[in-house]
Amino acid sequence: MDQIISNISILKAAPIFNLGLLIDGLLIGSIFALAAYGLALVWGVMNVKNLAQGDFIMIGGYLTWNLSRLGVEPLLGVPIAFVTLWCIGWIIYRAVVSKVIARDLFTSLLATFGIAIVIQQSLNLAFGPDTQSANADLPTWQFANGLITVTSTRLIGFVCAAILATTVILFMKNSRIGQAIRATAQDARAARVLGIDTEKVYAFTFSLNAAICGATGALVAMVWNVQPFMGTTYSIRLFVVVTAAGFGNLPGVIAAGFGMGVFEQFGGFILGAQYQQALIVLLLLIVLTVRQLQQLRERQAVQ
Amino acid sequence: MSDAIIELKGVTKSFGGVVANRDISLSVPRSAITGLIGPNGSGKTTLFNSIVGYHPIDSGSIRFEGREISRMRVQEIARIGMLRTFQTTRIFGKMSCLQNMLISIPHRKAGFLDMFARERGDVAERAEHLLAFVGLYDKRYLRAGSLSFGQQKLLELAMALMNEPTVLLLDEPTAGINPTLINGLIDRLRRANSDFGITLFIIEHNMRAIMNMASLIYCLAHGELLAAGNPDEIQRDQRIIDAYLGAH
Amino acid sequence: MNATSLQPLIFWLLLLVGIAAPLLFPDYSNQLAVLWLMVIFALTWDILGGQMGYNSLGNIFFFGAGMYIAAVVQIGLFYDVGMYTSAGRTTHIVFTHAQYFTGFVLGLAAAGIGSALLALIIGWIVFGLRGPYFAIGTLGVAVAAAELMASWEWVGAASGISLPVFPGEPEFQKLFFYLLLFALAFVLLVFLRWLYATNFGLAVNAIRDDEEKAEAMGLHTRRYKRTALVIAAFFLGIAGAMFGNMIGFIEPRDIAFPTTTFNIFMVLMVLLGGKGTLWGPVVGAVIFHVIKEVTWTYFLGWQFIALGLLIVIIVVYFQQGVVGWLMERYPERFGIRVAPKEKEEPTVRMEIHLAPHSEGAE
Repeated sequence: MDQIISNISILKAAPIFNLGLLIDGLLIGSIFALAAYGLALVWGVMNVKNLAQGDFIMIGGYLTWNLSRLGVEPLLGVPIAFVTLWCIGWIIYRAVVSKVIARDLFTSLLATFGIAIVIQQSLNLAFGPDTQSANADLPTWQFANGLITVTSTRLIGFVCAAILATTVILFMKNSRIGQAIRATAQDARAARVLGIDTEKVYAFTFSLNAAICGATGALVAMVWNVQPFMGTTYSIRLFVVVTAAGFGNLPGVIAAGFGMGVFEQFGGFILGAQYQQALIVLLLLIVLTVRQLQQLRERQAVQ
Repeated sequence: MSDAIIELKGVTKSFGGVVANRDISLSVPRSAITGLIGPNGSGKTTLFNSIVGYHPIDSGSIRFEGREISRMRVQEIARIGMLRTFQTTRIFGKMSCLQNMLISIPHRKAGFLDMFARERGDVAERAEHLLAFVGLYDKRYLRAGSLSFGQQKLLELAMALMNEPTVLLLDEPTAGINPTLINGLIDRLRRANSDFGITLFIIEHNMRAIMNMASLIYCLAHGELLAAGNPDEIQRDQRIIDAYLGAH
Repeated sequence: MNATSLQPLIFWLLLLVGIAAPLLFPDYSNQLAVLWLMVIFALTWDILGGQMGYNSLGNIFFFGAGMYIAAVVQIGLFYDVGMYTSAGRTTHIVFTHAQYFTGFVLGLAAAGIGSALLALIIGWIVFGLRGPYFAIGTLGVAVAAAELMASWEWVGAASGISLPVFPGEPEFQKLFFYLLLFALAFVLLVFLRWLYATNFGLAVNAIRDDEEKAEAMGLHTRRYKRTALVIAAFFLGIAGAMFGNMIGFIEPRDIAFPTTTFNIFMVLMVLLGGKGTLWGPVVGAVIFHVIKEVTWTYFLGWQFIALGLLIVIIVVYFQQGVVGWLMERYPERFGIRVAPKEKEEPTVRMEIHLAPHSEGAE
């Protein structure tokens, strides 16, 4: 408790720290926002709440880490992971998700949870339980007499996330497939009547999401670290972001992603790193409770 | 002149930017059959939903037996005696007809320990009597979900009667029913009103049916109350004909 | 001869088998005890998930809560808990026979009641959620509990608590805990058989089939939901207390709140055996536990991958479960009557059936 109070007083005494945490939060938040976008996409189009989202990210991360061990520039991990996870996502869709899409929502949730467990344990078996990161050996910049550090890796991560997000969003707005996806999201039956092959749309969307996760994972490996069981934390984190913003509200999801990043930086600083998981789960419960209270005013339940 | 059992004053409800009900005031007389008609999209089901507490209203007052109910939840309103049936006919598909009836007992009377009781003989008897009333006695042990659409509608009506309501709001009770069976349904609704003393407020598209049953009819159009009167007056009202034929 | 007339016979058979088993297979006492724990897990999950339609991924919360409550009571009656947990590993703290058993009995009672009270609070937090939100919300509660317990020094934080040592021979200990878990499972089964035949059974099934309709009929849905959770919590809490003592040592993430093992097993067992039936969870628990015990060692290292694949397979291909499938094939045997496809009156309803996907994802 004393540690917490002293941490808070540090923040009050040196306002410049707050700025540092804010910047860091935004930089990291960009990565969350990207992955949250993917989750919201799958949720909105197929009504599948992908509990394996964080684990897809981990696969991307481990892929990048392995590449960096082989001497490949970690930044290249982004496109490579993107493509690889696209394929993996497509396979998982065909093998599992397509079969549970028409069933009730709990079934699809459980199925993705099963996939999450398989991925976590496979990564653990293959690479061991230690945390790893892909070192990009990029410079760190210091501001304000060393009180604010900005690692260029984080900045690059931010830029990459921004580029990727913009590309995907523009693609969704302007391409034919993007339109097909949006049509299917609004009303799948109507889309089918109009001749859209919704199966293809679903497969595409799921693969796209997996690919986004892959790219995110590459960034995570560079900016942070990866560990086989960290996937769950990411999944919960992203679920909080999407629930808080509302999955149809894409700008809101991105904003909430940034917010999450900032929140975690401050929370982590004040409470200490070991409470990270607890913080995220408590935030989940708070978001769900707030949602319920909101819905209560409309006399509905959180569906 | 019977007193009003339901009184609406200035009820307004909008969803997003769309005003579904605008400033609606009407009263439903006790122990009579009242109709609610209007072209599609005029806000009839929204009005029903507002009355039974399915969603809150933006403004106005809804009184049931003199008591303000616009802030009450669906279960509470159901327990004070106002029930509704659904346009899409909802019953409990995996349970038998008899079980559907047993779960429809008036819950206002149920105390905490009643959760753990098994229904006594007289309740089961009443359930069977009502099933016979709607013509489903032979099918009472069958799984409700396996009944035909028309039969499910009858079951829904029987369940509503089982609940001993004071008022029953029926949303398009004849929709989807084979024309040859509609007379039987109308007859049963009339008897529910005359024998059981239940006030009926009915949304209908079938003009012949509603003109036959109701003594007072309200017409909605574009979310507002367009006209009110007995069947003769309504049939002769040009405004209503225009509204239905879309003269705007 | 149908299922209903067979029931009393099956119960007697179960009682006989349950009591005889540890005497016939003493080496397997522990596995058999865990089997009954699995039955308890499955039956309690089914109250909420199968009978009421509220798929919980956080039932393990009550199991762990009961475990911790019992431990605190058992130790706290005679020693200062904080000092006990910090001294734990270095000094050997002694409990007399009387102390152990008094503490044990009181611990069990406190675990059951405490979990039941927690259920009221948790219910208030989660019952406004439906479907997947309810699942994730309950999962969040369980994970949150694990994390909170792991950072609370008073209960030993991440290191856990060593429980008072069982006074008696190992053979007696195994038999003792086996009989306790079997008794709890049997009582639960008999209790549920009675419960599902009352209004409660009808009501929770109505909530499952169409909660809005149930509300529209004036059903006290909140009352029933809370009661269902309280009942499940009560039995889970006691089971947790028993299991904690059987192991002799409790720890937040892997023993008290194992969110990726027991917590998921309970769902799988019920799906495997048949949701919403009285015997489905029992059948599912037996099949699952037996297969797991037999194959676990063969899958060494790959167990959890196999588990994940099993989840996927069960969820995709075994939706109805064994008993559910039987009920579909032979409905008459179970007292279910389905209307014959008669040449009935044509309806005016039009339905446009398109692609093979069914009505939305709900």
